[in-house]
Amino acid sequence: MAAQANQTTTGTAPAIELRTVTKRFRTPSGGVYTALRDLDLTVAPGEFCAVVGPTGCGKSTTLSLVSGLERASRGETLIHGEPVTGIDRRVGFMFQTDAVFPWKPVLDNVAAGPQFRGVGKREAIEKARDWLRRVGLSGFEDRLPHQLSGGMRKRVALAQTLINEPEILLMDEPFSALDVQTRQIVQDELLSLWELTRPAVVFVTHDLEEAIALADKVVVLTVGPGTVKDTFAIDLPRPRKVQDIRFHPRFVELYEQIWTSLRDEVQLAYARTAGESPRPEQAPEPGSGPVRDHEPAVNEPRTNEATRTNDTIGQPR
Amino acid sequence: MTTTDTLIPSLDDQDAAELMRAARSGRRRRRLLILSAQIALVVLVIGGWQLASAQGVLDSFTYGSPSGVLDQLKTWFTQGTSTGSIWHNIGVTMEETVLGFLIGTLAGVVLGIALGRIHALAEVMAPFIKAGNSIPRVVLGSMFIIWFGLGPSGKVALAVVLVFFSVFFNAFQGTREVDRNLIANARILGASEWRVTSQVVLPSAMTWIVASLHAAFGFALIGAIVGEVLGAQAGLGQLIQQAQGNFNANGVYAGIIIIAVLALAAEFLITRFEKRVLRWRPTQLSGDTAGL
Repeated sequence: MAAQANQTTTGTAPAIELRTVTKRFRTPSGGVYTALRDLDLTVAPGEFCAVVGPTGCGKSTTLSLVSGLERASRGETLIHGEPVTGIDRRVGFMFQTDAVFPWKPVLDNVAAGPQFRGVGKREAIEKARDWLRRVGLSGFEDRLPHQLSGGMRKRVALAQTLINEPEILLMDEPFSALDVQTRQIVQDELLSLWELTRPAVVFVTHDLEEAIALADKVVVLTVGPGTVKDTFAIDLPRPRKVQDIRFHPRFVELYEQIWTSLRDEVQLAYARTAGESPRPEQAPEPGSGPVRDHEPAVNEPRTNEATRTNDTIGQPR
Repeated sequence: MTTTDTLIPSLDDQDAAELMRAARSGRRRRRLLILSAQIALVVLVIGGWQLASAQGVLDSFTYGSPSGVLDQLKTWFTQGTSTGSIWHNIGVTMEETVLGFLIGTLAGVVLGIALGRIHALAEVMAPFIKAGNSIPRVVLGSMFIIWFGLGPSGKVALAVVLVFFSVFFNAFQGTREVDRNLIANARILGASEWRVTSQVVLPSAMTWIVASLHAAFGFALIGAIVGEVLGAQAGLGQLIQQAQGNFNANGVYAGIIIIAVLALAAEFLITRFEKRVLRWRPTQLSGDTAGL
């Protein structure tokens, strides 16, 4: 595999390192928007790192820097100790919205990665079949994406990303569009697939419960321009079952700690977008669902951030 | 819907089956009603016209008559025209149309995608494209006659120019509208810029491109016919021009009818092509929606 040939893991260098990174965007109106300011982030090889933060704190921007889709305005982005200069073959990226190719049948969608990287068609298809089996989609090879449910499409996207065997897996709120039950199933599947190849993961989410259930480390970002506010080690036992781990006493403890850190930022962000003073908010009870209550505040203006990021992707630098 | 058809046998629920049957017979009745209304409309218009010209209400020399048109068509198809058999004339026009359509479409798609992908190129070319588009294309016909003479190449050139702009703008817009996530995804999966263009941008923009093909074929036909009217040795436009010169209203109608049939046949083929290329889209254009 070419990916292996490219490998320069030294064992000492972290898989991902952001050193005092600042990212600014030009806004369509001619202004300058600072998405990230002096952000430091380190992810060890094989570490699962979740990034949480309020709306518009630059969570997604962090991922586009690591992926090479964007370049930092200041600071350094390193992968295995080397600066990121473009799209790196060792990186896989799972997007928030559906990014599977709607005109390709499921099998061709999953085989796309190896084929793009020059693997022969037959070999790529064989590999894709294997990965479809792993995500439990055998028998759906010839379906088109729109003929699948949201959860199945996510699993196609997962297979499409993992088939390239990335050493670094970036995930941008990949499951936010799924209903709660489906989400938990797919989260479990993600964990068991992750155990197989153990890539370093940066998982961006606004769902604190999801972050704790999946990750080894939860990083809380401040309200934009984003920088790291706190980092929490998640010392919950593995392998985990997402449905069960929420009732672990340590989970509840961690949830309270992290929520305390996150709450102020969420309220600040809410006040900023709603144009009113922050309302006092109670920490929602983990596991019982009221986490979703604050979601609109966190979720709604996210579209701003998304469009802002998108505007600059693919434009000549 | 085909899916409901396959569902019926698995329904052991009597009521549901009954409901399906009722709905289906209702649909059939409706279709029959529409068809008979359409036939009645044709009979009314054509019959009225024939009657009016036979009674002398309409001057049949100026306005022609359905029977006269029919006679003219019969003459053309059995005895040929002054410029060879009718099939030869149809062949010439279709050759010009199809050639112009293909060349214009190819040029439009290639340039549309290139300019859509390469922003700097788009900025350089923008004023020229706009200027070119602002010229009423039909006047170029005169220029092409000077350049290419009375042969078919001038007509092809006119058709190309007409087709090009309609396809170009759609291909360009389609390229600009491609989901950025899809492009980012392909690039991260390892696609080169060329692969991104051929495997992500082109299929994505196809929705836009194919939509322009309906209009584009019409433009190709206009280009060929107008070119022939301006001056030609053969072709349907030339036949119409000749009929006009002889004050033969029936000849003009007959030419129009042949052209309409050709355009409808082409439209049918393009629709089939469209369905095939855009099979992956969740919302197919269903046959029920008035078919316009």
